[in-house]
Amino acid sequence: MKSIGLARLRELMSAGAQVVEVLPRPEYAELHLPGAINLPLKELDAASARERLDPARPVVVYCWDSL
Amino acid sequence: MHDYVNGKAEWLAYGLPSEGERAAEKRVGSFAHDDVVVCGLDERVGEVRERVEPSPYGFALVATESRVLLGRLRRAALEGDPSAIAGDVMEAGPSTVRPDQDPGELAEKLRSKDLHTAVVSTPDGRLVGVVRAAELGA
Repeated sequence: MKSIGLARLRELMSAGAQVVEVLPRPEYAELHLPGAINLPLKELDAASARERLDPARPVVVYCWDSL
Repeated sequence: MHDYVNGKAEWLAYGLPSEGERAAEKRVGSFAHDDVVVCGLDERVGEVRERVEPSPYGFALVATESRVLLGRLRRAALEGDPSAIAGDVMEAGPSTVRPDQDPGELAEKLRSKDLHTAVVSTPDGRLVGVVRAAELGA
């Protein structure tokens, strides 16, 4: 997985990347990045990823911060 | 696969758009005015003072051309030697708040310190504007 900053994130979003928030559902429901989908880390596995994500498009995952 | 390492905290701190149940809540960034006098490091204090006098604030901010905040010229500096250079008499690294801060909490904090304004900047130090305590709703 490649670490990226805000500028690269915005480039990828403009290019149609799939943005994935891995925080729990209540946190996602409160606030999330525009267009982001929620795949909570505790529920994330290969099957759920295949079901929700298009393998042909870039994927960016994020949580709350870098800690 | 990419990892946006600074995450949602950074995105929100920049005051960027968001979605969700709380997305419509007003944050500090939405109260920021872009009407403060901004000058460069090399400007003469006397010239800056002439621009500050008709402005809503008794101070000026010192920033780079790309609006990275460097310092503040307080009233005492503005009333000093008009030939002084801003960079020599500014208060370096003034306190700022982030655009995603809660307006009510900031209002309370400002009131407790008897402050009437706060400078808003992004996490990379770029000036967003100035908020007035009286407009923050607490």
